[in-house]
Amino acid sequence: MPTETTAAPAQGVIHNIGYRDYAGPRLGRGYARRALYSQSLRGAYGLGRSARSKVLPMTLFAVMCVPAAIVVAVAVTTKMDRLPLEYTRYAILLQAVIGLFLAAQAPQSVSRDLRFRTVPLYFSRPIERVDYVVAKFAALASALFVLTAAPLLILYAGALLAKMGFAAQTKAFAQGLISVALLSLFFAGIGLVVAALTPRRGFGVAAVIAVLTISYGAVSTVQGIALARDNTDVIAWLGLFSPITLIDGVQTAFLSATSAFPGGHGPGTGAGAVYLLVVLGAVAASYGLLMARYRKAGL
Amino acid sequence: MIATESLSKRFPRVTALDRLSVDIAPGVTGLVGANGAGKSTLIKILLGLSPATEGRAEVLGLDVAAEGAAIRERVGYMPEHDCLPPDVSATEFVVHMARMSGLPLTAARERTADTLRHVGLYEERYRPMGGYSTGMKQRVKLAQALVHDPRLVLLDEPTNGLDPVGRDEMLALIRRVHTDFGISVLVTSHLLGELERTCDHVVVIDGGKLLRSSATSDFTRATGSLAVEVTDTDAHPDGTAALRAALSSAGLTVQPASGDGRFAPGGAGPVLLVDVAGDGTYDVVRDAVAGLGLGLVRMEPRRHRIAEVFRAPGTPEHNSAQKWGSSDAD
Repeated sequence: MPTETTAAPAQGVIHNIGYRDYAGPRLGRGYARRALYSQSLRGAYGLGRSARSKVLPMTLFAVMCVPAAIVVAVAVTTKMDRLPLEYTRYAILLQAVIGLFLAAQAPQSVSRDLRFRTVPLYFSRPIERVDYVVAKFAALASALFVLTAAPLLILYAGALLAKMGFAAQTKAFAQGLISVALLSLFFAGIGLVVAALTPRRGFGVAAVIAVLTISYGAVSTVQGIALARDNTDVIAWLGLFSPITLIDGVQTAFLSATSAFPGGHGPGTGAGAVYLLVVLGAVAASYGLLMARYRKAGL
Repeated sequence: MIATESLSKRFPRVTALDRLSVDIAPGVTGLVGANGAGKSTLIKILLGLSPATEGRAEVLGLDVAAEGAAIRERVGYMPEHDCLPPDVSATEFVVHMARMSGLPLTAARERTADTLRHVGLYEERYRPMGGYSTGMKQRVKLAQALVHDPRLVLLDEPTNGLDPVGRDEMLALIRRVHTDFGISVLVTSHLLGELERTCDHVVVIDGGKLLRSSATSDFTRATGSLAVEVTDTDAHPDGTAALRAALSSAGLTVQPASGDGRFAPGGAGPVLLVDVAGDGTYDVVRDAVAGLGLGLVRMEPRRHRIAEVFRAPGTPEHNSAQKWGSSDAD
């Protein structure tokens, strides 16, 4: 503490305690972007926030992992020679949990800054629009990846423990990881775009859930009707209209997954390429939309 | 610190800044103008966030168009509006903002503790900001602008929403930002009276044009005047008129100031403004009041207010006072 300068406490409230200059390093944009990324990633699991905000994400994380643990326990004790469940199928089965996580955490990540108008404080600093959007996008995608990859890791560990074929398991595990990585990016984009449209967190939560469930409900209903009419070609194309069926289609076509579409009528390689394009296009579009959104929100 | 050269900003429908050229030296500078005068637009351009239509501007010797990022690293900004999330504490928030300015975590923590203490926030800094009073929120907003030890802070309406005591404290704090911390300040306000107490220099803009730029002492030096209010008595049913006549005949320049909210609050009687010619003026007024047997309600020195730069010749002052004073809530 430097020596106190002539103390002239104004109004009795403000005490002169000697101002210290800052001569240390200023790490600039890249550092700020990384700091924002890690803060947002930790925030998605409630780390560094109140105990209350840890409850939901941590519960969902546990719910996501428990079925994998049970599958592993059963597989190990009954000495199965392969897992009763594909790695790629896991996220499809537990899509509701992923949807809830996204609905809760995407608005947490972006709506607060918009609602409380904190965004201008970021943009009056070295950090720029692209840094903010990339950091938030990457953080939510990483949070989703942690959520979806952790149970796959449990399955893989269990499979190795049960001495199932190493090469086959590793290959399937890697395919599963690629699938959930794609899912994380894609879902993070959808969640952030929907959440960034409204500064109200409640609307954001409801809107994300609505986008995921309504589209999935509609697609699987129409697919069911198509199956009943033996119109199997249509089933493969209908999957383009909801996020989770898009992921299902991509992994059926390219990651040797068994399709969860009615009757197992997933897209072939040709249709699969369309699926992949749509998913990648959607990721790029959400990035573009977020950039456009923050052009207006800044200052 | 700041230099602009025929800086213009035109939107499709409005011209926010119109060939503005000012030179702002280190110190505390007030930027005065009504809402819509172009203050916020100027701040955006100075932060390098909005390109000027024409002209150029430099902040700390850096060109705003080319070196915006470098400027934003060395400049602090306090927005006019609320910008604090209610569910985090002031400490967490300011630490985060310090990191966004590029400070390493340990430095960010140290600077946050220091800065919050300097702005007068103590134990409450660990509580969520949702429970803070307006005064405390303004202090946190100021702290986040100062936490990275900038060379210049841009404060947009820092006294907005504060009560008179809070206003005085904030103004004293702003003064200290320069005198004790050595940080130059550009502070905007549409309340003119408060700037003459705080600023070394005042820049007045209106409709995006420079109206005046000069040292505060130039604004207030012109003349001193004395506000005098007296009671009526039976002998003089209109005490004010009687006094006015008496003072005029004594050779003083007297004008009524009735209607000026600042000097006649709550329906009090009309007030006379007497130009102070010298120390003798006080005695003349005293003797005139005593001679007429009137009750002296008040006699207070009054400097010419910055407000008067807005007063077109022949316009009664209270009109402009309303125009410029009623824009508190926007």
